[in-house]
Amino acid sequence: MTDQRPSSEGHERIEAQMERLVATDTDVLEVEPAATAIPVAARSSARTIVNRFVRHRAAMGGLVALVLIVLLVFSSIGIGPIPGWWPLDYRVPQAILNGGKPTLQLWPFSLGAHPFGQDNIGRDYFALVMAGAQQSIIIAFLVGVIGSAIGTVIGALAGYFRGWTESVLMRITDVIITIPLVAIAAVVAKGANGRGGVWLLGLFLGFVTWTGLARIVRGEFLSLREKEFVDAARSVGVPSGRIIFRHILPNTIGVIIVSATLAMSSAILLESALSFLGFGVQPPNTSLGQLINNYRSAMGPRPWLFWWPGLFIVAIALAVNFIGDGLRDAFDPRQNRQKA
Amino acid sequence: MLVFVARRLVVSFFIVLASTALMYVLVALSGNPLQRLLEYNGPGRAERIAARTRALNLDVPVPGRYVLWLQDVGRCIVPGGDDCTMGLDAQSRPVLPQLQSAIGSTLRLVIAATVLALLLGVITGIVTALRQYSTFDYGVTLIAFLCFSLPLFWVSTLLKQYVAIDLNSWLANPEMTYAALLGVALIAGLIWAVVIGGERRTRLIVFGVSAVATFTTLFVLLTTNWFRRPTMGLLGILLIGLVMAFLWAALFAGLRPRTRRVLYSALAAAAAGTVVVALAGPLMRSMTWWSFIAVSLVIIGVGVAAGLVGGGHVKRLAAQIGGLVGVTVVVLMAIDQMLGAYPYVYRRTGGRPIPTTGSETPNLDGNFWQTNLDLALHLLLPTLAIMLISFASYTRYTRASMLDVLNQDYVRTARAKGLNERTVIVRHSFRNALIPLATLVAFDFAGVLGGAVVTETVFGWSGMGLMFQRGLTNVDPNPVMAFFLVTAVATVVFNMIADIAYAYLDPRIRLS
Repeated sequence: MTDQRPSSEGHERIEAQMERLVATDTDVLEVEPAATAIPVAARSSARTIVNRFVRHRAAMGGLVALVLIVLLVFSSIGIGPIPGWWPLDYRVPQAILNGGKPTLQLWPFSLGAHPFGQDNIGRDYFALVMAGAQQSIIIAFLVGVIGSAIGTVIGALAGYFRGWTESVLMRITDVIITIPLVAIAAVVAKGANGRGGVWLLGLFLGFVTWTGLARIVRGEFLSLREKEFVDAARSVGVPSGRIIFRHILPNTIGVIIVSATLAMSSAILLESALSFLGFGVQPPNTSLGQLINNYRSAMGPRPWLFWWPGLFIVAIALAVNFIGDGLRDAFDPRQNRQKA
Repeated sequence: MLVFVARRLVVSFFIVLASTALMYVLVALSGNPLQRLLEYNGPGRAERIAARTRALNLDVPVPGRYVLWLQDVGRCIVPGGDDCTMGLDAQSRPVLPQLQSAIGSTLRLVIAATVLALLLGVITGIVTALRQYSTFDYGVTLIAFLCFSLPLFWVSTLLKQYVAIDLNSWLANPEMTYAALLGVALIAGLIWAVVIGGERRTRLIVFGVSAVATFTTLFVLLTTNWFRRPTMGLLGILLIGLVMAFLWAALFAGLRPRTRRVLYSALAAAAAGTVVVALAGPLMRSMTWWSFIAVSLVIIGVGVAAGLVGGGHVKRLAAQIGGLVGVTVVVLMAIDQMLGAYPYVYRRTGGRPIPTTGSETPNLDGNFWQTNLDLALHLLLPTLAIMLISFASYTRYTRASMLDVLNQDYVRTARAKGLNERTVIVRHSFRNALIPLATLVAFDFAGVLGGAVVTETVFGWSGMGLMFQRGLTNVDPNPVMAFFLVTAVATVVFNMIADIAYAYLDPRIRLS
């Protein structure tokens, strides 16, 4: 086989021609320019996707909200050693003012001394919620990225190679799918907590949340691998790895991005559920779910301790869900054209 | 079919085996089971550690422990074995009795939530698909997105804190000011107007009629002190039964002259069912599950018979609708009896009928209906919490798949050849839109079970969720594995049922 393969240079040239053909093939979702460096036609398709996304009002609203939340969360108390604009430390108790009630005023707008109030030992709750939100966002991002990467690779290998590779990988997926996500996540999170902090938790949760995407990507690969452009690439001797990652994968990028976005929103909810069950982020670290769980018993006398982290979870998840919906419509406009 | 089931069972067996092995290893490695004892410094430390080591077989490596666990489970499958324990927990107590007491409440919760979410989700999804881009559609979309973004335990706690307490206080003293009454009536009118839609005139009419109806109903119920002593009575069963029979016939058979006989037989089924309920009156007080099933079967049978006798040339359809009417009458009968049981439960719960903790009132000591009403009231809030999320996904999927079907060529053909809209939607579109949903329900089941873990913790149920959580906290694998075994088997079985349902709904698919 190897000796019949064209020289590396010729191979590149044929492949470039192939990709130009693909770019004019209206059957296939066209490719982002950065990924494959395709000329004119593809760039305009990327722009169409961006345009469609920008026109999607709910999605743009979600994007703006998410950016604002992330800016607020990371700039207020700073990141790690870098200080933010909010003066109070979330670990240090202060004198309790006015029963620890929130001082936030919307009209006329003023933050006051403790905008979100204080907890039962006088710590500034705004700083605490910001610290918790940072951890939750980091975990959600990690879970989304790692889960999607694993899901993509497993789905791609199973869909492309078929045969026993597919059987093995898909049976593994089936095995993990039979277990409720909260339960398996609780088990691995408990394992992660015994060994390290938030980053390890995110990593471990990523290891169990890839199954849905793996099935979707496999489905896409099963249909794409039968297309002419893949046959053509195979017939000029492009190696399998290159076909998978350079030829087929860019065509499934829409599905993957949408699914990764939605995975992040469910990861926020998953993390909070785990923290509630006592298997999530452990003290001295904090997260939104852990805050709610900590102050659940204080619900009667200090309801704001329960409301603020919950509202942040809902706001972040809602914003990400809207973005995901907008992305789906942008990548797959077929759904929009339907009129009943 | 049999070959298919047999082959699936074999595959499923290996999948369950693999998933339990994976989970056993993960649970066993998730922490140090002796952590608490190692931190303990009192007398008898060494003996306690030794006892715990013996109970959990800690001197055997993890794969060996898994095999030991498999043997314990295997004894439950082998017939005649009475040493079925499903392993011992860290306190050397057998797991099986704990599982038996836990499984009932959890399954009740999960099944109630799934069934209700499915019913409501499918109905809402279809209405939103038919009214695409209407106010109702946008409203439901927004609500669905909100439901997707709500942390389950947060909602559960809110429900517990606000809904339960306020509702209980209101039920203790059920009064409404005229302003509140008017407000509720206007909101109800608005909801119906938005749901039914149409032109401005139609909307106004719907709004007016439903607002007035809501106002009158609530007024009558309040003045007759209905919320303290709720009742429906035979007359209520008959009237609601007749209305439902009319609706079912109109929906599934239409009101054309050709199918007029279906309508008549459905109405007859409702009346005959009510007669059976009246005749079974003396049985009600000493009802058991068996006599309940017997009475239900008689009522449904009478309904089917009414359809067969009066159906004429559309006998089959009339019999199906008669059976449906029978089911409706059974549900109405159960509601009527449970309403009658309400004052007793109200007294026994000390005037707080909506409970916030536990899955049943201890020492209730009631009859069939009182016990079941108590269980239903305990289910109310947890089910509501779990339902929200499944409801959102069912609504979205039903809407998408219904829209997909409505755009198919054969639907256009059906319309073009002059079929009326009811036939196009109910007979040509709805059935096909259900097909993708079958897979989703099976897939969702594991998610609902996971949700049950969280909800049970919030509402203090001692179900499988608690068993799982406590076992995992103490790194005590056997109770955790009992939970996983049940969920894995349930998921696998549901998946198989989904595949069979798939083949039933879509004749192109052959089970092989």
